[in-house]
Amino acid sequence: MNPLLKSILSPDFGFAVLRVMTPILYPAIGVAISALAGSINIALEGVMLVSAFTGVMVSAFTGSLFLALITGILAGVGLSALLGYFHLKLKADIILAAIALNMFASGITIFFLYIFAHDKGTSSSLKSLVFPSYQIPVIKDIPILGRIISGHNILTYFALVSVVIFYYIIYKTPLGLRIRAVGQNPDAAESVGVDVNKIKMYSLLLSGFFGALGGLYLSMGYVSWFSRDMTAGRGFIAIAASALGGNLPLGTFLGSLLFGIVNALAIYLASLEIPSEFIQMIPYIATVVALAIYSIRAMARTKRRKKISEESTT
Amino acid sequence: MEKFILKYFNLIRTIIAIAIGLIISIFVIYVISKNPGFSLKSFLLGPFLSKSRFGNLIETASPIILCGLAIAVPFQAEQFNVGAEGALFIGAAIGTAFAVSTSMPAIIHIPLVLLVAGLVGAFWGFIPGILKAKWNASELVSSLMLNYVAYFLGLYIINYHFRDKSAGYLVSYQLPKTAWLTQFVPGTRIHWGIVLAFVFAILVYFFLYHTTLGYEIRMTGFNIHFSRYGGINVFKVIVISQVIGGFIAGIAGMTEVMGIHRRFNWQMTPGYGWDGVVVAIIGRNHPISIVLASLFLAYLRVGGQVLNLLSDIPSEMVTVIEAIIILLITAEAFLEQWRYRITVKEAERKEVEHEPTS
Repeated sequence: MNPLLKSILSPDFGFAVLRVMTPILYPAIGVAISALAGSINIALEGVMLVSAFTGVMVSAFTGSLFLALITGILAGVGLSALLGYFHLKLKADIILAAIALNMFASGITIFFLYIFAHDKGTSSSLKSLVFPSYQIPVIKDIPILGRIISGHNILTYFALVSVVIFYYIIYKTPLGLRIRAVGQNPDAAESVGVDVNKIKMYSLLLSGFFGALGGLYLSMGYVSWFSRDMTAGRGFIAIAASALGGNLPLGTFLGSLLFGIVNALAIYLASLEIPSEFIQMIPYIATVVALAIYSIRAMARTKRRKKISEESTT
Repeated sequence: MEKFILKYFNLIRTIIAIAIGLIISIFVIYVISKNPGFSLKSFLLGPFLSKSRFGNLIETASPIILCGLAIAVPFQAEQFNVGAEGALFIGAAIGTAFAVSTSMPAIIHIPLVLLVAGLVGAFWGFIPGILKAKWNASELVSSLMLNYVAYFLGLYIINYHFRDKSAGYLVSYQLPKTAWLTQFVPGTRIHWGIVLAFVFAILVYFFLYHTTLGYEIRMTGFNIHFSRYGGINVFKVIVISQVIGGFIAGIAGMTEVMGIHRRFNWQMTPGYGWDGVVVAIIGRNHPISIVLASLFLAYLRVGGQVLNLLSDIPSEMVTVIEAIIILLITAEAFLEQWRYRITVKEAERKEVEHEPTS
């Protein structure tokens, strides 16, 4: 265990945690925003895929990072809008519609990957761009901390900023207030003149925006190519990460951080003699355990509340 | 005419959704293919043009039917357990491990191996079930996560303990002949799995519509609060529906190994569990409709493969079409306006008819 401990205690491990946390934190924020409005976005897996794919393709064919960013975001927000349209307007069950959209995203990205890159596996034959990494002046010279925090992809930094943006939207804007109102009691919100469906749509679009950034980071930061189904369940892990943090900004961040640590650990353990299958299982088992713990706590909370309200009525 | 439309509205809606899906695929073929006429023919008629391809259709349909049933039972109880994919993978892996390490006459071996795979699958359904029933933990998320756990655990079991190193690629040892499901149509690989699938479809139909527990499952899905109030043990229903689903999924995976490959040769999950979700939605969780939906899906799949093979269009087009069809079918309000107009018209007509008599 000595070499393992040594590598975990090194600043490189901290760096890796932030790196693998990024594509979980973005969709986790997205899930949290949609969950706060009461219609949880399970299609973020698909959102990330179409954004990751669009970013790579647009950057490969136009050579413009800016266009890749814009179209990537539009693709992700567009898929979320479709989910909103089918769920809110056409009254589809949000879970089934999301399952369909995730399938749609997986299929259509491979379909066009084959059309454009003549490969069903990866886009590595195309020359696509990546978002730049930055050394932060001053901080990069601090021992240990500098090596953990500095030198990351710009999208990793923006992910951390997004937590603050998320906080600001939810607690400091009228939209955030309405989102919370709709999520807690749609009938009450409706009765004071809030357009529930509109607010839910906005929250889905916002969640699509953050999911899209997660997808762009995956294919244009984390790695420099698109590969089929490259999200590998991160859109679903994000559901657990945000649920773990009660869908609140700091909690969502900490939940994502936890999965970042577990994932980074998995990567480090893989270099030892442990079968990699076991290591790769860890984040998923951790998700189930975390979900169970969260649900047990939530249940205890509602029970307590019920008890209190019963006591106060008698 | 109006009466007919109202009576079979859901069926008509499904057919329209499928038609739209097919029209889109024809459109895509025309836009992308360099030889659209030939591509279209390969796609639509390909599955019927040779015996082996038609065999492919039936072979593909059998695990999909079983997975559709595996998904439909929990879905009927409004339990969105999508863990069939994981249950079939881990069921087949452990079933294979059991089959290659035991030897007995076929008459015992076959059912016993299927039972082991089914029980492993059932356990895989039990976990999300108990988490949901006891603590209200989302079965959707936990079953999704368990799919990945099943995948890696299954790979570990096969690749580290039951790998046939002489085979040259990553597969398990071959199953003993006593655990094979016979392929009974020469020139194809159609095996007893399809018969098993039909039997299960009838069993599940009987279970859901003619037993008390089946009634309780459907009632819970219909209105959980009402069911609880009416004395149905909702806890039991939530767990059992998912256990049954996992059991059938485990068997689905095992039949594929026993009937087609005779070894565990999956290094990726085969995707039948997701196909199960698709056919459960198209067939509205009704066992008999699921059989038809599975045959249709298998037809699309084989058509897609033929298309991929003979033309310049990737088979993933079919996935996209499936997704569009499901979206339209799940959209409750799709064509609702139309139904509304017909209902009003029908009511007005009735009024006119009744007026002279009154």
